[in-house]
Amino acid sequence: MSAASKAGHDDHGHGHGHADGGSHGTFKDYMTGFVLSVILTAIPFILVMGNVLGNDRITGIVIMGFAVAQIVVHMIYFLHMNTKSEGGWTILALIFTLTLVIITLAGSLWVMYHLNTNMMPQHMHMG
Amino acid sequence: MFSNPDLQKLLFGRLTLDAVPLHEPILLITFAMVGLGGVAVLGALTYFRLWGPLWRDWFTSVDHKKIGIMYIVLALVMLLRGFADALMMRAQQAMAFGPNEGYLPPHHYDQIFTAHGVIMIFFVAMPLVTGLMNFVVPLQIGARDVAFPFLNNFSFWMTVSGAVTVMASLFVGEFARTGWLAYPPLSGPAMSPGVGVDYYIWALQIAGIGTLLSGINLIATIVKMRAPGMTMMKMPVFTWTALCTNILIVAAFPILTAVLALLSLDRYVGTHFFSNDLGGNPMMYVNLVWIWGHPEVYILILPAFGVFSEIVSTFSSKRLFGYASMVYATVVITILSYLVWLHHFFTMGSGASVNSFFGITTMIISIPTGAKIFNWLFTMYKGRIRFEVPMLWTVGFMVTFVIGGMTGVLLAVPPADFVLHNSLFLIAHFHNVIIGGVLFGMLAGITYWFPKAFGFKLDDFWGKVSFWFWLTGFWVAFMPLYVLGLMGVTRRVQHFDDPSLQIWFIIAAFGAVLILCGIASFAITLVVSVLRREQLRDTTGDPWGGRTLEWATSSPPPDYNFAFTPVIHDHDAWWDMKKRGYARPLQGFKAIHMPKNTAAGIILGVLSIVFSFAMIWYIWWLAAFSFAAIAVVAIGHTFNYNRDFYIPADEVVRTEGQRTSLLAERV
Repeated sequence: MSAASKAGHDDHGHGHGHADGGSHGTFKDYMTGFVLSVILTAIPFILVMGNVLGNDRITGIVIMGFAVAQIVVHMIYFLHMNTKSEGGWTILALIFTLTLVIITLAGSLWVMYHLNTNMMPQHMHMG
Repeated sequence: MFSNPDLQKLLFGRLTLDAVPLHEPILLITFAMVGLGGVAVLGALTYFRLWGPLWRDWFTSVDHKKIGIMYIVLALVMLLRGFADALMMRAQQAMAFGPNEGYLPPHHYDQIFTAHGVIMIFFVAMPLVTGLMNFVVPLQIGARDVAFPFLNNFSFWMTVSGAVTVMASLFVGEFARTGWLAYPPLSGPAMSPGVGVDYYIWALQIAGIGTLLSGINLIATIVKMRAPGMTMMKMPVFTWTALCTNILIVAAFPILTAVLALLSLDRYVGTHFFSNDLGGNPMMYVNLVWIWGHPEVYILILPAFGVFSEIVSTFSSKRLFGYASMVYATVVITILSYLVWLHHFFTMGSGASVNSFFGITTMIISIPTGAKIFNWLFTMYKGRIRFEVPMLWTVGFMVTFVIGGMTGVLLAVPPADFVLHNSLFLIAHFHNVIIGGVLFGMLAGITYWFPKAFGFKLDDFWGKVSFWFWLTGFWVAFMPLYVLGLMGVTRRVQHFDDPSLQIWFIIAAFGAVLILCGIASFAITLVVSVLRREQLRDTTGDPWGGRTLEWATSSPPPDYNFAFTPVIHDHDAWWDMKKRGYARPLQGFKAIHMPKNTAAGIILGVLSIVFSFAMIWYIWWLAAFSFAAIAVVAIGHTFNYNRDFYIPADEVVRTEGQRTSLLAERV
């Protein structure tokens, strides 16, 4: 694997001074990530196909939880993100992204909930 | 045309000869003029044998300076189109009272105000901002080019493709009649079955790819390619604002792309994301489009703030007052700009708690903005101010923008907004901040960096004429709209009944004519400056007594920007170098590694135009074919390993020697 990552470095050699602070991962890292993501994919499938929890809403919430875990696994094992890579820029960018995603999702849910309550009075539902 | 309608439909989709608006005299005259102008330009290019140089040195160039200049040329050309729309609207509203219907029928008038908004934001303001950042940022941080030179060229051509698509709608078919954000259900398939909204969608999607990629490119450039010693808190303020703007671009534009993609699904395959029935909700479109739209406002204004910061400290010959507070204000605005989007639709019915939250966050944004204004004022305080043209724009901006900011805070109060929303007061407010802020900033920036780009200054007299026409024109054109808005006149109206309003519209139209004089004077400035270039020549590379690194190299800079990468000790790097008696290195030059030009960007751009045109007109075979071609060219380009070359050391020696003799002549 070290040979492969060396070749990867050579490809970057473009005269712009490729300052690389991040690790490129080992075979063990990739395998751990792969196995974890397979497990995290398989469980939601089983939950849906076998109707294990017996409740669509709870199943949905649990699957969302697995999806978030899946994202974290990908970031750590495949994108090699940690608090030190690229001089801290990666984690900073991640925090910024998370902030904005949370603002967007929470804000939209809040706003749309209000709009739904205020602008969709009951008598408009064809009961 | 064809006896078999099925065959025609297969070959041309919904495109027929009726799509060419031969029955509209205004469009026909425009078309004739554009045609004649185009033939004249093409003829001149052929006559002067400029095709080769244009292709080799500009269209295929990956040099950030040339791409920056091309962005600005695109913006200035599109400004003429957008401003022609503005003049037509002002003329229509000044005359269409009572029995007089004016000269524009509603369906044409609606296309014009939509096109005006779309063009001015996406194809004038955005290319001006991107162009200026492209040109200035690598020079300011002591880099040789941006991080991804080919991507830069590709981004530019995608922006051009979007602009061409909008322009095509003028002559083939029609443009959207929905207003510049195309709210559904009006923009849905039921209310707008024609091609107008499709032109809108595809133009923005294609240009959006360019904007997003150039945002990524500039972030990577600023984060990774600063000269040694330039820590974050030693970056020039313009570079700081460019960084924040590009972060905003990367975070916000995907939302626009997604929301337009959902709208296209509604229009093309019959989904119901934003329809009124089957679980659709048009309010979600408004919500999402403004989560992009409000950061967009700051994407435009932050670089203008950066320009003013550079200009104020240069022309006051003083270090910028409160550098750190300027940086923090910029970063705070970057974050806060994501927390205010609902103020664009207070009246949609969110209720008291939501409205007060967003009203308060909106008012809070004025605090860092106000801090910036005070920083500029304190920089000028006791400075030795030179009122050259860029400084005039800056002072004009401060006076104008503060009024726009105050009407903005007024509109941020939800009860006031309930009275003023959708009125001409709002129109006056956002033109006040966009013209008085973004446009003044970009014109200031163009005047300021023009000698760096071309090696000679812009003519002073005509520059001042242009400034005064723009400034007075702006005030005369938009103050009447504030008055009308307070009287309750709504926006996007093609005809009025109350004759007492007419005088205000006539004053506003006169203001638009003054702005026209400002634009004409700017064109004259360019022509006069080119003619007088020998008198206006800048041999030093530092015509204004600059403070940042771009003034350390020659004007225009050599292809490689800096023969040796400078080392930075202070945030006014060049000022610091001058103060410490910096001596230009005269020997020891080495060969310089540079990226090679490529035609892949322009080819992809042309194919994108074909693709969007085919999608708009439902010509499915052509869409499939051009999409496949795009994929083939894009993948093919990744196999092009012949991407770099070395500028030989003796060529560097020759270029630097010329600069040495120029500098010596002057002394």
